[in-house]
Amino acid sequence: MILKTILFILFLSPPRVFSPDGTGKKLTIVLDIPDAIRPQITTLNLVRECSDGKIDTLDILPFLKAYTDNSLSHKKDYRYKILAYSNGNLIFESEWSEYTRPTAKWFDKDKLPLFIAMMLFTIIMIYYIAQARANKPLYLRPIAGLEAVNEAIGRATEMGRPIIYINGLTGISDIATIAALNILSHVTKRAGQFETRIVVPCYDPVVYTIAREIVKEAYTTIGRPDLFNPDDVYFATDSQFGYAAHVAARMVREQSATNFFMGYYFAESLILSETGASTGAIQVAGTDSVAQLPFFVVTCDYTLIGEELYAASAYLSREPLLTGTIKAQDLAKLLLVAVIVLLSILSLFKVNITLGLF
Amino acid sequence: MRPLLEKKIPLALVFIIGIIMTLQYFVPHPISQTIYDNSLMWDRAIASMAYIMAIVSFLRFHSRRLKDKNYAPYSLVAILSFAAMVLIGFIGGTGSDSLFQKMYDNMMVPLQATTFSLLAFYMSSAAYRAFRIRGIEATVLMITAFIIIFGTTTIGNYVPKMNEIVEWIMAVPNLASKRGIMIGVGLGVVATSIKIILGIERNWVGG
Repeated sequence: MILKTILFILFLSPPRVFSPDGTGKKLTIVLDIPDAIRPQITTLNLVRECSDGKIDTLDILPFLKAYTDNSLSHKKDYRYKILAYSNGNLIFESEWSEYTRPTAKWFDKDKLPLFIAMMLFTIIMIYYIAQARANKPLYLRPIAGLEAVNEAIGRATEMGRPIIYINGLTGISDIATIAALNILSHVTKRAGQFETRIVVPCYDPVVYTIAREIVKEAYTTIGRPDLFNPDDVYFATDSQFGYAAHVAARMVREQSATNFFMGYYFAESLILSETGASTGAIQVAGTDSVAQLPFFVVTCDYTLIGEELYAASAYLSREPLLTGTIKAQDLAKLLLVAVIVLLSILSLFKVNITLGLF
Repeated sequence: MRPLLEKKIPLALVFIIGIIMTLQYFVPHPISQTIYDNSLMWDRAIASMAYIMAIVSFLRFHSRRLKDKNYAPYSLVAILSFAAMVLIGFIGGTGSDSLFQKMYDNMMVPLQATTFSLLAFYMSSAAYRAFRIRGIEATVLMITAFIIIFGTTTIGNYVPKMNEIVEWIMAVPNLASKRGIMIGVGLGVVATSIKIILGIERNWVGG
């Protein structure tokens, strides 16, 4: 009897309600239901009353300890009460909570460390771009895969066979695809100077339209718009393995001299690159897909690993402004490595100064 | 007029929208969410237009190859398959019991699975090339690969400490290398984004 009274009082207390984030659309309701009561509950309802008088009943799972109500308005107040049923009979009813309004914030404090890191990196980049503008010489370490691009194009020219260039299997919203398209521009310009044909089968419709314009513009830039053939930059299919089969067939039938695999890849990477290797083509790959990197390393002559893909455009163009950004990347990496080593050493001595950032 | 339309306006748009979308990530306010949702709708609208151009490209590519006897049979199959699926989809619908769905499940899916299954053979030949002992790195790679392969097989489970060794290799040296690459990739992504937003990288508009 005493237990029942205590439980009843507990249930009478209103549920705690708070705004979990600054989106202005959510409220989290804490369901403080003692574990001893939960097995009896067959139906748990949350009654929501809006400040405009509208009442809704939300059917929620009996074992939930908290419930986040989505799709609310940050211009209205809401209050809640809990109704618990056992086989259709109301066993407990809480009081109404206080009216609470979902908070709409203009800055997410949880993302502050990321924001600071981004600003710091941007400042470093701007510094090196300024250095480059002032014509200060910037050293770039040699990247074998990029040194080999000209060699690969030259080989295709000597053999009189086409180059196959693949932009990866992700859409234009993936930065790896954008990096691949930037490299495509350089490769097309260089291939165009030797009148070597470049074939670009595309997987994504948006990427196809952009790749087509990039190739067209690249030929125009070197003064050879006549070299552009619309049939060489085309949409193949957006079926993953259908695409792999199509490109593999083209490699075998046309015996392409050089294959470029730039961008992001999935399971088809090995089908593409191993087929290319079997035809004897010189192959250069560049991807930030960690899972596919081993396949490319094994089957391709040169592989751009991770960040090298993003550095390629600057490396190939040797434009001072672009090379400045690579120096900024290197410095940021150095700083990160220093922080990781320092924190690792401190953690050995059980000193925690991460301030909850990691 | 051409440079204005083809270069200056796209670069200005990328700068403005790039800055807005970067800030949007840090702003949880409903207005910010509405901007994000609208941008996704724009993305979908542009993608649907791109599909029309892609289909035109597909049909033009294969119809021209019909004249070449080496490629004609394949291109004919591609065009007929495309036309058949479009007609069946328009006439019979694309519901779960439709002919369209049945053709997808019973023709398209097995074909994709067949191509996928070829990976096993490609892996064997790639592994042979990778594990040939040519130097110190290749030797280390081969020994490590042997331990991992052996440790994850049934026999490996009976060897004392084998599971712990496999777990250590995967969780320490393997994961450390992956994370190293991922840090570089993360910085590369940010750098490329900043380059494009600030208009330093212009290859996408022809350089």
